[in-house]
Amino acid sequence: MSTIRCDIVSAESEIFQGTVKMVVASGEMGELGIAPRHAPLITRLKPGQVRVTLENGDEQSFYVSGGILEVQPQVVTVLADTAIRAKDLDEAAAGKAKEDAEKIIANRTDVMEIAEAQAQLAQAAAQLAALEQLRKTLKH
Amino acid sequence: MAGTKEIRTKIKSVQNTRKVTRALEMVSASKIRRAQEKMKQSRPYARLMRQVIGHVAKANADYVHPFMAARDTVKRVGYVVVSTDRGLCGGLNTNLFRRILAEIREHQKNGVEVDIVAIGQKASVFFRRLKVNLVGSVTHMGEKPEVAQLIGVIKVMLDGFTEGKLDRVFLVYNDFINTMTQKARTDQLLPLPESESLETSHDWDYLYEPDAPTVLDQVMVRYVESLVYQAVLENLASEHAARMVAMKSASDNATKLIGTLQLVYNKARQAAITQEISEIVGGAAAV
Repeated sequence: MSTIRCDIVSAESEIFQGTVKMVVASGEMGELGIAPRHAPLITRLKPGQVRVTLENGDEQSFYVSGGILEVQPQVVTVLADTAIRAKDLDEAAAGKAKEDAEKIIANRTDVMEIAEAQAQLAQAAAQLAALEQLRKTLKH
Repeated sequence: MAGTKEIRTKIKSVQNTRKVTRALEMVSASKIRRAQEKMKQSRPYARLMRQVIGHVAKANADYVHPFMAARDTVKRVGYVVVSTDRGLCGGLNTNLFRRILAEIREHQKNGVEVDIVAIGQKASVFFRRLKVNLVGSVTHMGEKPEVAQLIGVIKVMLDGFTEGKLDRVFLVYNDFINTMTQKARTDQLLPLPESESLETSHDWDYLYEPDAPTVLDQVMVRYVESLVYQAVLENLASEHAARMVAMKSASDNATKLIGTLQLVYNKARQAAITQEISEIVGGAAAV
């Protein structure tokens, strides 16, 4: 009985890893069943289940909220998204990030030149170094 | 017994401070492990992404994704700055900000403008007071940062790059080397530096659904997101490590201070007793 390796990973964790007989996933263009020695393929996934048939015939299913499915003759890789992604949702998130930045800038009281900040930081670093030195000498 | 009471109070207060620093130290020590675990778990994703990008780029030599194309003239660059939310972590943020300020000055000298995206409370507060162009911000990611929290700030930068406003995007964060060492680091995010490690022999291609550019586009965006996410995790582990070290030295200092104070206290007490005895002896002799 031929088998294929299957990795399901997301940016945050490894979800599944093992040898399987078959992988079923819902690709963007329709349901896909991947058996061993499938031709190399790459597709986007729709939110839905990824089902794998293990060597002993058991089935396991995982929910993915989209992602990428990559097939190579010996290995199937599912790069799962960790959140529901859509163009307008992403744009809303970007809008929020910009808004937060604008709010921060609106709260600006006194604006400092870069050089000034650099000098202050250098001072702080020097103080830290001096403390470190002091501690070393005190130890003896 | 003048003065002994004050010394005793002082000792008590230093002891209480030590309790706090000890607790913070132990909390950080346990959190480092969890943060490192997360770092390890997020690595396979980035590795597999890189592999896919390599395959697709090699197989479609005629299609160059905008994220891969280097630009000759650089007029404006973007910086994604990853900092901590909280303080009490030694010189971690100070070192990071020093590094980025030096780079910003370098850019300004060359007439290149700089856009900043701040991740973490400390960076937001820092860049609020500075004369720089802050275009995006996210704070309070918590102990378990999620990619979803980062989508917004990353998209601001990616859009800037795609629209041609930004010519280069950098990522600045604290690299977790080990518990004792963390290093402020700058990585180029966009355009993606070409990696040398890609396999060179290629005699096959994927079947694409729907087509190569669409798939590649999504992979690229996810890849950049995973890079930033990893930087956030590295920075989180660095934060806990730096805090643990800072709190450990604070506890040590407190212990030393208590020792010194105890000595002063004992001396004062002894002096008081001696004085009392000599007074009694003097009084008895006078009688």
